[in-house]
Amino acid sequence: MLRLTVQKALNGVLLNPKHLGPVLSKGAADVAKKPAQIEVFIDDKPVLVDPGTTVLQAAALVGVEIPRFCYHERLAVAGNCRMCLVEVEKSPKPVAACAMPVMKGWRIKTNSEMTKRAREGVMEFLLVNHPLDCPICDQGGECDLQDQSMAFGSDRSRFTDIDFSGKRAVEDKDIGPLIKTIMTRCIHCTRCIRFASEVAGIDDLGTTGRGSDMQVGTYVEKFFLSELSGNVIDLCPVGALTSKPYSFTARPWELRRTDSIDVLDAVGSNIVVCTRTGEVQRILPRTNEEVNEEWLSDKSRFAYDGLKRQRLVTPMFKCDGQLRPVDWETALIGVGNEIKRAGSDVAAIAGGMADAEALVALKDLFNKLGSEHLYTESPFPVNGSGTDLRSRYLLNNGIAPAEEADVVLFIGTNARLEAPLLNARVRKGYIHNETEIGVIGPCVDLRYEYTHIGEDPSCIKDLECGNSPFAQKLKAAKKPLIIVGQDALSRPDSSGVLLAAQTLSALLQKNLQDPHWKVLNILHKVAGQVAALDIGYVPGYEKVKDNSQLKVAYLLGADESINRSCFPLDCFIIYQGHHGDCGAAMADAILPGAAYTEKQATYVNTEGRTQQTLVAVSPPGLSREDWKIIRALSEFVGERLPYDNLDQIRCRLDEIAPHLTRYGNVENANYFAQALQLSQKESAAINTKPIDVSQRSLEDFYMTDVISRASATMAKCVNAYKTQQSSKY
Amino acid sequence: MITLKNLTRFWQKGLVRNLQTSSVLQHDALFVHRDTAEDNPDIKFEFTPENLKRVDAILSIYPEGHKRAAMIPLLDLAQRQYGWLPLSAMHTVADILCLPRMRVYEVATFYTMFIRKPIGKYHLQICTTTPCWLRGSDDILSAIKTQLKINVGDTTCDKMFSLSEVECLGACVNAPMVQINDDYYEDLTTNDMVEILHDLKCGKKPRAGPRNGRYASEPLGQPTSLKSDPPSPGFGVRSDL
Repeated sequence: MLRLTVQKALNGVLLNPKHLGPVLSKGAADVAKKPAQIEVFIDDKPVLVDPGTTVLQAAALVGVEIPRFCYHERLAVAGNCRMCLVEVEKSPKPVAACAMPVMKGWRIKTNSEMTKRAREGVMEFLLVNHPLDCPICDQGGECDLQDQSMAFGSDRSRFTDIDFSGKRAVEDKDIGPLIKTIMTRCIHCTRCIRFASEVAGIDDLGTTGRGSDMQVGTYVEKFFLSELSGNVIDLCPVGALTSKPYSFTARPWELRRTDSIDVLDAVGSNIVVCTRTGEVQRILPRTNEEVNEEWLSDKSRFAYDGLKRQRLVTPMFKCDGQLRPVDWETALIGVGNEIKRAGSDVAAIAGGMADAEALVALKDLFNKLGSEHLYTESPFPVNGSGTDLRSRYLLNNGIAPAEEADVVLFIGTNARLEAPLLNARVRKGYIHNETEIGVIGPCVDLRYEYTHIGEDPSCIKDLECGNSPFAQKLKAAKKPLIIVGQDALSRPDSSGVLLAAQTLSALLQKNLQDPHWKVLNILHKVAGQVAALDIGYVPGYEKVKDNSQLKVAYLLGADESINRSCFPLDCFIIYQGHHGDCGAAMADAILPGAAYTEKQATYVNTEGRTQQTLVAVSPPGLSREDWKIIRALSEFVGERLPYDNLDQIRCRLDEIAPHLTRYGNVENANYFAQALQLSQKESAAINTKPIDVSQRSLEDFYMTDVISRASATMAKCVNAYKTQQSSKY
Repeated sequence: MITLKNLTRFWQKGLVRNLQTSSVLQHDALFVHRDTAEDNPDIKFEFTPENLKRVDAILSIYPEGHKRAAMIPLLDLAQRQYGWLPLSAMHTVADILCLPRMRVYEVATFYTMFIRKPIGKYHLQICTTTPCWLRGSDDILSAIKTQLKINVGDTTCDKMFSLSEVECLGACVNAPMVQINDDYYEDLTTNDMVEILHDLKCGKKPRAGPRNGRYASEPLGQPTSLKSDPPSPGFGVRSDL
């Protein structure tokens, strides 16, 4: 069960400070003077550790891994599986390494006879209540219990209960369309319960009953619906919780693993794409402490079946008012002729999943044609310095430091659904660090308590000059964060909103002692936006709507809000993308591109971190990598682009913006004050219309882009949410 | 035509496959909730005004920030008010303590004294652990069964009596014994049991405690040991000290 910090437990009641003193000052004093390290011996190897280090952590320091089931470094210590028992010299009983802090001079034996026998005994008891169904278990091959029973278990069984009292069996639970449960396999490590309670903030899982009748579940018939629910599948050390969409499809040793990047939100979670027979079988998170730790949001994890449906697999060209499949040559000749005819009256709109290579190629091509009409689909205020200064459009302070913040102000964003892993960081701070959170915008469920300041943008100004309790907290904060969401910046008065946020941030920034802490943060919703702005695309396509001269519109995966009426009637629309959605429906020519699992491409996440996807499967049918399509098209237009392979186009990326090829790095932004000055030059009013967010409840989370809209799993999640809403629980 | 004899022969030759299932390990209680007519979230449960005062009194015992410690007393209060603990009572307690409902379910299912299905007005818990069993608890149990015409785990049709078999209740010195609601009835004979049940049926409340004339757990009749006065200080000490 989740432990609360002292202040939160006291819930702000006034107590005599004399009583509170010893409790509160203890922690502070520890930090002030760091106590001396103590020496312990792991298998006779000496190691110096801080007081309070557990035996398991101390052993890890010298490279000794102690087996465990319930212990997980990102969750609270439960100490209930007993697998980590080790012998400590002069101690009559073995101790649980995960929960026992080391004492000075302890000699810990991780390989002694007593330790071995303790492990063997624990393993025997675990297996008494575990079915031997490994051949039909999806966890087989990546099962902790399987591995550890091979390493530490006995080589023979003494199990005879089956002839007398019978073997434990637990009925399976239905906890939603993502997680399959086979509860008989559960070994009661309670990792899923702790994850749900601590990280996801959904206290729906728990243990019911006691002794050998204990079971993990929801007690009532209820779905475990969270935007992070899929992570319990990875956490489960046995096959009790497995992935429903992946069930019975592949064995882990048959899968080819490709490291990649998720592009379904702007966080840029690191993923592993597991493929077999040229199909994506599943997606797992890859540990990156700076971005996603080891979690992954449900959309990123389960929307992969959308990559197999609704795909554009062949070029198409409209003749006689109907799109017909054609070969690449016909399509490119037709499209090339249209572009040549249009001259410089061409415009391009890049969608949310466009990669940097394609963006650069398209920009180069259009610039050669004499057009500067290159836009992104997501809007952003262009007053003042516009997008010239990166500090105006990045999550400047980064994702990982968000957990250190002491006051967080969200403006017009439902961070829980727009960037679930950023929200998990803020929640971590809320639990362990007393973070105060304020929200301007609609009241949404963020899974932690926050102060709702107001709905309209004038509240930002009130915070600046007002004296409300939250304003005072914000001004007194040592590490404040202001996170402005995309929805607040899509309004007609977005420049005013951003200016207000900039002004407030500048005010707070002045009082900070930490020079590396940046108050102003912008949270994007789509993965391609930062790269597009870095390359020089103009945010928002308002100007396209006003341009009646437009002859050709080139949609690079732009699919969300665009419709035919945005363009003049005689405008020729080219859609390049991987899914047949709204964009393809109104196009005159379709050029099938590759999805993120099918190309080696560069993406920049919302904090400005450049990362690349790798090719896990080949693009289906005739579809090709996006930048190659544009490169081929350039020949037909008669403006040949000077790069023929990935290395060459990456050199071009390097020329435009060197950070685009420094993979894994965050290129920090600066010039906050100058950006503010430039913004202040133009007066930007704000209106009092309440800020709305497009994703209000979990129902809106699952289907937000072409891939997740094509995914049957995501559709099931939406249905499950609706079922849950009508349920009594 | 396959006769039984033929079948046996086939079996011995291994021509018929030996189908085998293992025995099933089951508990008499269910540790998941199923909606029933008596127990579903639509059933209203509210503390009575007197009990609400008790709720406040219970909550006031626990310091601020540790109010969740009041969960067990509140669940017990709810059970005393309703007779057993329906799901809606757990929800009410969760709401009072501002806790997720699951945390209350966990506690309510852990303790066997929280009864999560309808039960009779009088809950007879007969101890059948070794001391009581040696002193004839089997006779007492069969007397209850024949009197009430129910088996262990059942409730009478008039919802008056429920019978359960429990392990040691810590009154071995007064074996055999039965707990009826909060009271212990000890040193029972079959006739005592019949009389107790009769009294309860008539609406009378039989006196709790030993039925054989003892006040508590003192020896029956005269003491059999430690009969003399206690020795004075210095007893058994060396004379030269």
